[in-house]
Amino acid sequence: MSTLTTAPRLLAPEATGLARRKALDWVIEKVILLSSLAALSVIILIFVFVAKESLPVLTSAEVHKEVTLGTLFLPQRYGTAEAPLPFVWQPVSQVPKYSLMPLMLGSLKVTIVAMLFATPLAVLAAIFTTEFAPRWLREVVKPVIEMLAGIPSVVLGFFALIVLATWIQDTFGLDFRLNAINAGVALGLAVIPIIYTICEDALNAVPKSYRQASLALGASPWQTAWKVVLPSAIPGVFAGIVLGFGRAVGETMIVLMASGNAAITSLAFAEPVRTLSATIAAELGEVPVGSAHYHVLFFLGTLLFLFTFVLNWAGTAMIGRLRRRMTGA
Amino acid sequence: MNRNALKMAACGLGLALVTTGIAVAQGGRNITVKGSDTMVILGQKWAEVFMSKNAGMAVQVTGGGSGVGIAALINGTTDVAEASRPMRDAEKQQVKDRRGKEAVELAVAVDGLAVYVHEANPITELSLPQLKAIYTGAVKNWKDVGGKDEKIILYSRENSSGTYAYFKEHVLENGDYYPTAQTLPGTAAVINAVSKDTRGIGYGGIAYGKGVRHLRVKKDPNSPAIEPSMENVLAGKYPISRYLYWYTAGMPSGDMLKLCQWVVSEEGQKVVENVGYYRLNPNDRMATAAKLDGAGKDSKAKGKAARSQ
Repeated sequence: MSTLTTAPRLLAPEATGLARRKALDWVIEKVILLSSLAALSVIILIFVFVAKESLPVLTSAEVHKEVTLGTLFLPQRYGTAEAPLPFVWQPVSQVPKYSLMPLMLGSLKVTIVAMLFATPLAVLAAIFTTEFAPRWLREVVKPVIEMLAGIPSVVLGFFALIVLATWIQDTFGLDFRLNAINAGVALGLAVIPIIYTICEDALNAVPKSYRQASLALGASPWQTAWKVVLPSAIPGVFAGIVLGFGRAVGETMIVLMASGNAAITSLAFAEPVRTLSATIAAELGEVPVGSAHYHVLFFLGTLLFLFTFVLNWAGTAMIGRLRRRMTGA
Repeated sequence: MNRNALKMAACGLGLALVTTGIAVAQGGRNITVKGSDTMVILGQKWAEVFMSKNAGMAVQVTGGGSGVGIAALINGTTDVAEASRPMRDAEKQQVKDRRGKEAVELAVAVDGLAVYVHEANPITELSLPQLKAIYTGAVKNWKDVGGKDEKIILYSRENSSGTYAYFKEHVLENGDYYPTAQTLPGTAAVINAVSKDTRGIGYGGIAYGKGVRHLRVKKDPNSPAIEPSMENVLAGKYPISRYLYWYTAGMPSGDMLKLCQWVVSEEGQKVVENVGYYRLNPNDRMATAAKLDGAGKDSKAKGKAARSQ
């Protein structure tokens, strides 16, 4: 009897406690929702701002006196008759010349070098740590590679400017100290941890049973890693490469310091290059606000933004596909 | 958890209030000087000496390039713009439009622009036309100007730099730099690059420049080659020399006026020499001082007029 009468009294404080906790959960949930929306809206606002500032390149008659889409992308009659220079980036000049070709080529060349340098190293390192390394070694290698991501890019750039440039020039006997190869290798150092981390996750996500089955059928550990585990994780490996590519295209400080920043239109990798990102960084500080030069720099920003956005989206989509495959869809 | 978060938010807010309070309190006496990278060392030394003699005044000096300083003056984010080139008419107009005051130009020092090559390069002198040919890409091999049979590697500055603009105007005669010219951030970076490159050529302030050879420069092929030395720059013999400027929006007054007057005083000009640039010749100094004296008198006269009304 007594227990029956006291029971509701005991329940009451608990019930209010529950209500309070529910309210608290609701508040926390909303706060988390707001913060994720904040991140989203910041991205949208940044894009709107950059796109708005670059719009006059397409619409303004004032800007068109100096630059149009045609002068940005198509060959022009710059230079002299005997030494024509169809693509020139020379915005501070009597006749301002805004050709994006040397800048896009520059970004592309540096990125290609970075990817050629970083991809094999990062992928092989990921295979090693997931498939072959003893536990203690894995515990050392993984954090050390991931620590590369924590090195400020200005430090990597400085290293490339002072040490790497001299070493590469002396080793390969190049004409230019600062060039696409030098900047690309330094950039590769920044890209390695991105590719490595994603690859490693992808390889780890491959179920144990795949390996056991392969080994049970008599395959060697190397055959298992190369022919079973890696192919199953290949979307993740691609995702890592694509995201690394996005980082390489957008990275600024390293190329600003290590590439020589000469807007040359050529396919030679041993020549200095000027990238889209470094051009924005070097020139946006001094342009008169509202000038054609100012709007063109924002136009470069829009191009970069769209490019990295598409790459990131593609990379994430690939990771999603991998996850579905691994969970047995 | 929740309470802690609240506390932290409160602390953050408090900190923000305190720091803005400090910033506001200091705002009155803080003079900002911004612009030319060539002049950063000079500006900082001036600020240091001036502050040590005038307790309670804060002068803050930053670089970024002449263009950056002038843009900051136009936008009202600096009190003084340092520039290693004269302001363009369009920029003066922008100052007038945006700030409602005339831009005031004060020549504060003189700088010679040196041309550097690696110490192992046998070339010791070049003429202005030769420099133009080299930097516009007409001449690409050292043997064409009397050197070894080697490619010429061009080092230049970013296009936000006053040095870039000055060299383009006075040496390239407004021609474009050849696209292979590598653009580096700052004279120190140019010197560093040339000191490591036996085929390199670069240009920059005379005050910088250890570890590389300064070329003697001829105005034209037949004139004598002139060493970039103090006497030659002061006497106006060295062909690539320029004024360094301070710009303000409207005539300076109060602490600003005091600072500007001090900069062209004997003491201020001594700092110029210590840093490695050249003092103004007596005539230019008198001219700048007279401009500032006018400002002092003007504001006093205006004050009197206001009172008498």
